[in-house]
Amino acid sequence: MDRIPILKLGDALLVTIQVDMHDRLAMALEEDLTAKIAATHARGVLIDISALEIVDSFIGRMLDNIAAVSRVLDAETVVVGMRPAVAITLVELGLSLAGVKTALNVERGMTLIEDRIHADAVDRGDLDDRPDE
Amino acid sequence: MPNNDKSLADLLATHEHEILQEWQGLLKASGALQTGRIKESELATQCRNFISQLRGALRPDGSLDKSSDGYASLKSMLGEVSRSRAIQGFTPSETASFVFSLKQPLFNAIDKGTRAADAKASYIWQTSLLVDELGLYTIEAYAKTREDIIARQTREIAELSTPVVKLWEGVLALPVIGTLDSERTQTVMENLLQSIVEQSAEIAIIDITGVPTVDTLTAQHLLKTVAAARLMGADCIISGIRPQIAQTMVHLGVELNVVSKANLADAFALALHRLKKAIVSVKQAPSGRQSRYVSPEDRGV
Repeated sequence: MDRIPILKLGDALLVTIQVDMHDRLAMALEEDLTAKIAATHARGVLIDISALEIVDSFIGRMLDNIAAVSRVLDAETVVVGMRPAVAITLVELGLSLAGVKTALNVERGMTLIEDRIHADAVDRGDLDDRPDE
Repeated sequence: MPNNDKSLADLLATHEHEILQEWQGLLKASGALQTGRIKESELATQCRNFISQLRGALRPDGSLDKSSDGYASLKSMLGEVSRSRAIQGFTPSETASFVFSLKQPLFNAIDKGTRAADAKASYIWQTSLLVDELGLYTIEAYAKTREDIIARQTREIAELSTPVVKLWEGVLALPVIGTLDSERTQTVMENLLQSIVEQSAEIAIIDITGVPTVDTLTAQHLLKTVAAARLMGADCIISGIRPQIAQTMVHLGVELNVVSKANLADAFALALHRLKKAIVSVKQAPSGRQSRYVSPEDRGV
């Protein structure tokens, strides 16, 4: 069975879904991702769904689950690149993915995660202040 | 019925020329050509076609043969005439009089071509029924065309009244005018989401100054739009809630749970603030302008 690759980018994990999601694949992704977050101590998970044309309630719930699991493991989930049709479908299904952060594209999603990692670093006292403030 | 009398269809064939002349004369007298919306030659063609189609649709006893091809083509021709008149802006009675004014010439032809009184009466009764039926059909086709026009205009208004405006790099505004029903919400949502992708917007301001009432259903539709925009990675600000509407919403227990501002200007200021931009006054306006946009980076902040 094919699996969706999970790439490590600094303190973040990058998942790009390029194929049509079926339920088995989604469950495998959830499992792999959880294991990978724990193994790499990642602080952020970026899921790019710009290639996904169809998202059903199962995939929607899976995204919610991944976000919840990541939160428990102290990583933030950002879903990026959702298509308008997919967004409308999810809203009509009543899935507003309240626990998930969203961004328009990978670049902005990455900025969100970096901001958080940076803020944590400031909190820990590793850095004095943010450079742009 | 005396045998030497012809059938209605034969009468029509024999007196076709006179009927046509008289009919066109009546149509002209009633002012069908006055407004200049239809040419005389066009009217003449319509009349000629109508009579020949009518002959094809008649049974020997004078009633309409509804199963014949002639009847079908007569109806489609009549439908076409009423459709074109509805589009040209004729009134319903003007359209109907096209058919009803045929009564007089037909009666005259029957009067001339029939001798026996009982046959005359029966022909006149049949003709009357026939013309009435066709007249009703004309009105029906006319109304149908008008309904189609209204439906199309409704669609166009719905599309026109939901523009998505780019206020700044990454800031979109969506001024909603009119009532937000489910169908409108769908259009609004699609437009907004599409624009978010095209303009890579981060913030969308939904301005509801033009929405007359906000009830629980409207609020739900607004929330759906906000949720969909959020899924695309854009934040929404709702602006333009009028005082009375704010009161009604509170009385109804409607909660939006979204950042809302009293007017579009405040919402725009908030959007700029979130983007870490600011509008500052310039002390000496070199080219007559009062203020100039300066981002914090430009100012070296």
